[in-house]
Amino acid sequence: MTLLEVRQLTKTYPGPGGAVVQAVSEVSLSVGADEVLGVVGESGCGKSTLGRSLLRLVEPDAGQIVFEGTDLMTVGRRRFQHYRRDLQIIFQDPFGSLNPRHTVGHVIAEPLIVHRVGNAASRRARVAELLDLVGLPADSARRYPHEFSGGQRQRIAIARALALEPKLLIADESVSALDVSIQSQILNLIADLREKLSLSIVFISHDLSVIRHVSDRIAVMYLGRIVEIGTAAQIMDAPRHPYTQALIAAVPRLGVRRSQARTPIVGEPPDPANPPPGCAFHNRCPHVMDVCRKVRPQLEPGRDPLPGNQTACHLYTQ
Amino acid sequence: MPVLPLPHVPFEPIAPLTPPSPTSPLLSIRDLHVHAGATPIVEAVCLDIHAGEMVGLVGESGSGKSVTALSIVRLIPEPPMRIPQGRIDFDGRDLSALDEPALRAIRGEDIAMIFQEPMTSLNPVFTIGDQIREMLLLHRDLSVKAANARAAELLARVGIPSPETALMRYPHQLSGGQRQRVMIAIALACEPRLLIADEPTTALDVTVQAQILELIDDLRRESGMAVLLITHDLGVVSQYCDRVAVMYGGRIVEQADAGTLFAHPRHRYTEALLKTIPSANTPGARLPAIGGTVPAPGRRPPGCAFHPRCEAAIDVCRSTLPVLTDDDHQHACWNPVP
Repeated sequence: MTLLEVRQLTKTYPGPGGAVVQAVSEVSLSVGADEVLGVVGESGCGKSTLGRSLLRLVEPDAGQIVFEGTDLMTVGRRRFQHYRRDLQIIFQDPFGSLNPRHTVGHVIAEPLIVHRVGNAASRRARVAELLDLVGLPADSARRYPHEFSGGQRQRIAIARALALEPKLLIADESVSALDVSIQSQILNLIADLREKLSLSIVFISHDLSVIRHVSDRIAVMYLGRIVEIGTAAQIMDAPRHPYTQALIAAVPRLGVRRSQARTPIVGEPPDPANPPPGCAFHNRCPHVMDVCRKVRPQLEPGRDPLPGNQTACHLYTQ
Repeated sequence: MPVLPLPHVPFEPIAPLTPPSPTSPLLSIRDLHVHAGATPIVEAVCLDIHAGEMVGLVGESGSGKSVTALSIVRLIPEPPMRIPQGRIDFDGRDLSALDEPALRAIRGEDIAMIFQEPMTSLNPVFTIGDQIREMLLLHRDLSVKAANARAAELLARVGIPSPETALMRYPHQLSGGQRQRVMIAIALACEPRLLIADEPTTALDVTVQAQILELIDDLRRESGMAVLLITHDLGVVSQYCDRVAVMYGGRIVEQADAGTLFAHPRHRYTEALLKTIPSANTPGARLPAIGGTVPAPGRRPPGCAFHPRCEAAIDVCRSTLPVLTDDDHQHACWNPVP
């Protein structure tokens, strides 16, 4: 069952010299109930803007965000607040996202206060319940964010995001700032919560090994567009788009010497204010053809399709 | 002694890229201690680096890896930090005993550094050309014209397209990857014998990271420059370094050639670290997490600093500090992986 369906979502920003920066271009995707969709890409590919657009934390220019049958783009601000309870987000920086002047108890209770849920006593009980859920001691409620480590702060941010029992959680680089040993604790916590609360998650990260670990399906973004989407196993083991292939080849792996690894692709992502015509990846692509420089490939199952896969690449167009 | 079953080791052993050099090391750190006030940050670190070698210094935040690296060229803020004990021998001279003018002559000339964030290491109000020329004019007796030509040559070497034009650009006009290339060009300007790279690719995208690491690797192979790579990324170390030192709680807890260390870690911390990373596990499976957090300096427990988080801790770990073994595969663990 589809929980969220995004159609042709576009977000632009004014760029230097009157240029238009296409942060997110015509992105379509869906997230099923109990599903984790990984969104992976390099900086500037639009993955964070996409995540924020889903909550209208940045206002998309065009497109539809259909959540449980309602297009959130068409509802008014007040009614949108009602849906906001079901859609929550956690960010990368657990230092920047918690108000240092509020106790942890207040930080976690804030969504309940904003949405006028319960009274002071019931909120206190709910905070205690949430602290327990994310594995923090009960006395944490009286303490301040600075008294906690990075990993613990991320647990606080997760507790806050779960306060209203959302159906969909957007995790934007939520483990990227953490040390390796702490990262696995948080990944395990997210996996537990997903099971306990049957959460759907849009998991945004630049880290392919983390994305592979948590996701059922993966969408790969490049310069504001999805270039490939498929099951996690297919994307990682049999990537179709040359960019996906390059991205996977570039991840340093344990036990693989440089001499055994593939040569990295050349160049850097183009300027989003001045995207090249045709396929945005064509200037770095080892398989570039004439058509790639002129015509933008559509995201589609293509020739010899793989189950659940869509790829925007002329190598696979009919 | 009971025979213990061999642990599950997911990695194939790989022969080291270069055989250990019989010559004396270029840099030899002996029993280095760094304190901030009364708090020990780095404790009893010993590390050798030979010419042409790439050594990885790995650790999580608070492990002391960056302070160790900065201490080599004495870029730690003194005070509050100080080096109460230890030697840093570089090519026969003890850097820990040198005064500031002598250090300044060595920095950039013999030992160069690059850092994580190239934007904050470059001066935003000077052109790229100004900043490379500064190094050359400071350390080399060159005319401005010759310095210009050399600067363009350096930019070409680090893979900046149209170097002459790039010399006139300002840092903000370059991408993150290109800024790191410029930093490398500045570092290489005086053909240093040691490059200290502190998380040089952490702020970069993975495809750009691969390019920058390849570049550093190529450069050390062609020039015989030694590289000390400080990173938290075990994959990067495994792919590029000849030798690896793992730091925890301010100390080196394990050191070996990269192939050996990743195939057969001896210290329980290294073992736990290698097992916990997502790519070593079945997708979706519960990760064998390491409980607790890295102890902050000043709050390091007695005995082995890792013991409160260690699943193999025995009584002695809680009370007595383990000493590094004195062999090719150094490890400081009372109950090592057999």
